[in-house]
Amino acid sequence: MDAFDLARWQFAITTIFHFFFVPLSIGLVFLTAIMQTAWYRTKDPTYLRMTKFWGKLFLINFALGVVTGIVQEFQFGMNWSAYSRFVGDIFGAPLAIEGLLAFFLESTFLGLWIFGWTRLSPRIHLACIWLVAIGTGLSAFFILAANAWMQHPVGYVVNPVTGRAELKDFFAMLTNITAWSHFGHTMLGAFVTGGMFVIGISAYHLARKHETVLFRRSMTIALVVSLFASLGVAFSGHFQAQLVAKQQPMKTAAAEALWETERGAGFSLFAVGDVENGRNHINVQLPHLLSVLTTNTWNGEVQGINDIQAEYEQRYGPGSYIPVVGVIYWAFRLMVGAGMLMILVSLVGLFLLRRGTLETARWFLRLVPLAIALPYLANSTGWIMTEMGRQPWVVFGVMLTRDAVSGAVGVGFVATTLIGFTVIYGVLSVVDVYLLSKYARSTPPEITEPSAEPALVY
Amino acid sequence: MDHGYLNLETLWFGLIGVLWIGYFFLEGFDFGVGILMPFLGRDEVDRRIMVNTIGPVWDGNEVWLIVAGGATFAAFPEWYATLFSGFYLALFLILAALIFRGVAFEFRGKDKHPEWARWWDRAIFWGSALPALLWGVAWANILRGVPIDTHKEWAGSFFDLLNPYALLGGATSLLLFTLHGAVFLTLRTDTELQIRARRIARTLAVPGSLAVLGFLTWTFFNARDNDGIVPGVVPIGAIVAVVGVEWLLREKLDGWAFLATGMCIVLITATFFLNLYPRVMPSSIGAANDLTIWNASSTHYTLTVMTWVALIFTPLVLLYQGWTYWVFRKRIRRADVEKSTPGNGGEAASPI
Repeated sequence: MDAFDLARWQFAITTIFHFFFVPLSIGLVFLTAIMQTAWYRTKDPTYLRMTKFWGKLFLINFALGVVTGIVQEFQFGMNWSAYSRFVGDIFGAPLAIEGLLAFFLESTFLGLWIFGWTRLSPRIHLACIWLVAIGTGLSAFFILAANAWMQHPVGYVVNPVTGRAELKDFFAMLTNITAWSHFGHTMLGAFVTGGMFVIGISAYHLARKHETVLFRRSMTIALVVSLFASLGVAFSGHFQAQLVAKQQPMKTAAAEALWETERGAGFSLFAVGDVENGRNHINVQLPHLLSVLTTNTWNGEVQGINDIQAEYEQRYGPGSYIPVVGVIYWAFRLMVGAGMLMILVSLVGLFLLRRGTLETARWFLRLVPLAIALPYLANSTGWIMTEMGRQPWVVFGVMLTRDAVSGAVGVGFVATTLIGFTVIYGVLSVVDVYLLSKYARSTPPEITEPSAEPALVY
Repeated sequence: MDHGYLNLETLWFGLIGVLWIGYFFLEGFDFGVGILMPFLGRDEVDRRIMVNTIGPVWDGNEVWLIVAGGATFAAFPEWYATLFSGFYLALFLILAALIFRGVAFEFRGKDKHPEWARWWDRAIFWGSALPALLWGVAWANILRGVPIDTHKEWAGSFFDLLNPYALLGGATSLLLFTLHGAVFLTLRTDTELQIRARRIARTLAVPGSLAVLGFLTWTFFNARDNDGIVPGVVPIGAIVAVVGVEWLLREKLDGWAFLATGMCIVLITATFFLNLYPRVMPSSIGAANDLTIWNASSTHYTLTVMTWVALIFTPLVLLYQGWTYWVFRKRIRRADVEKSTPGNGGEAASPI
């Protein structure tokens, strides 16, 4: 492995680890804000206890999202300095704006929310958690706009004198359809992540007949949010898939292990590929479905890997433009499969709730805590497909990933930080899982007098 | 090359300067509080008070660094790329420290096991001390010049960063941030802890002043005379401010003392930027390889967009961050904390 491979591993590890925490933070802060709003409206102390219980889990999770996020901002310059030089004119702006608009908002109002229970009026205090929630949304948008530009670059020219990409139209970057499609899918995915987390933990307590009123309410809110959001994820994912088929047909072809261009292409359910020779040994398909999904027509044409490769060699010069097909193919299937299961969990849960048998349906209460793993699986595989499917490009059609790596950083340095971050993140995972499971199983705090809270939190 | 001062490159150089000033002023005292934990925190109550003095604000303070990084990426990509890939291992150490420190604040109170808080307190100490030292080392190196080749790439090794001037820079920032934190604690605590904080601040003020004096004098002799703006009043102001701290504390003028340590940090950071201008990273190989605000910057279009965003949102940020400090302006009283600290038997401070 050279410095380039190690830098890619490092980006993958630090980014996937960071993204374990982000969607849950976004999902939980909105759910917590909804619960606090309910308390503010009704003054029912159960809602206050819910706010504190889920809010505490949110804070444990948020802390890790914040500290792993600093690495994200620094590693472009550390490991990918050639990339930073080439795209800084464009890519730096959304990052800076994310910091100025979102990070200040989140961190400041979160501090006010944590420590402000007795020092702020209930109204202002409620506004604080909503501002944190808005901050997470803003943050998501700007970082996704930056990523969307790498997937589908718009509003720029490459200056022939400096050899650098230059921003020509900031508005085009903000209105990039890829950015909005990313944003919708990711935010909805984050709501489902928060939803599954609350459903799973509530089920754990309901199965033990523990605080049934509080956890039934939590479960109800989470089931409703999860149902709408998981259906939204499916629809936005469908839209996104059609966009990808237009913008990055190689990614679509790889996700389907479709080697030759076909009309009326089938949707592959299970394939064993022969990557060397560009074909599949086994491929179980639902006929015509891929054409229908990507082109909305029965016999629409879907391009195959081998044909796109030939086309790209003509356009971009010799070399392989084929990503790691096996990983992308299975990542896509795991994501979609997990998404479907989450829709099912929400539907079954709501059905049981309506019938009034949720708390006696022991099989459901015992099974759904496992569903907490589903959004993590879907979030990670979704990004693995998105990022690995773009390879060998770092900016699609503009810059190869191999050309993006830092020239001045030797293999020993990258190896050192790779090992360092992996060990640190490993340790923190253990601590985080320990704390989350400890507090998830704990009894929600009793409220002795209205809004009484010690002045100290840490 | 004479462009005057009225241009976007100069504006963004100045804005990044302001972000670093804000970062060092704010995170400076919360680093100091973290460094002083094992020295001033005699029991769990003390340590909880100390963590809670910065509890609501440390995260917001750290965002100044993130925005400074982002603004450098956006406005001066070549600076960002050369600096971050060149100071590679130093930045890794800073990141590792900030990661453990940030998590430690949130996690230290989350488990009753006696060893639990101890471990996180160690993380708070090292996570504060290491960056407090390394930021001084890093900035002294930027000022001194680092090996940058004709391709704007770093051409040195990690050990190039460990020269005597830079180490003095590190010692200065470590002392100054610790002093700043000690003075901050005199404003936010009461009884015994406040007295101890004032005592340690007075003790630190002497070596702190000497370090500032030595470092700025060396900086003066290091400066290349054909570059930079050198209004002597800025570094001299920094020295005057820090020299006054001991007297202000003796007179129990804690608020003024905090202003003085703060001004010292502000003026030293301003000195960095004034001495650099219009360079952002001088090359020790030759002035022809210097990164400047002209050859490291983004296009005018990007700078214009960024200027509008900054003009609209920066005042808003300053307003609500200022409001936070107003909301949490009250001292944390020991009597209140004793009530809410379970099993505080006044156990001895943990060795690090």
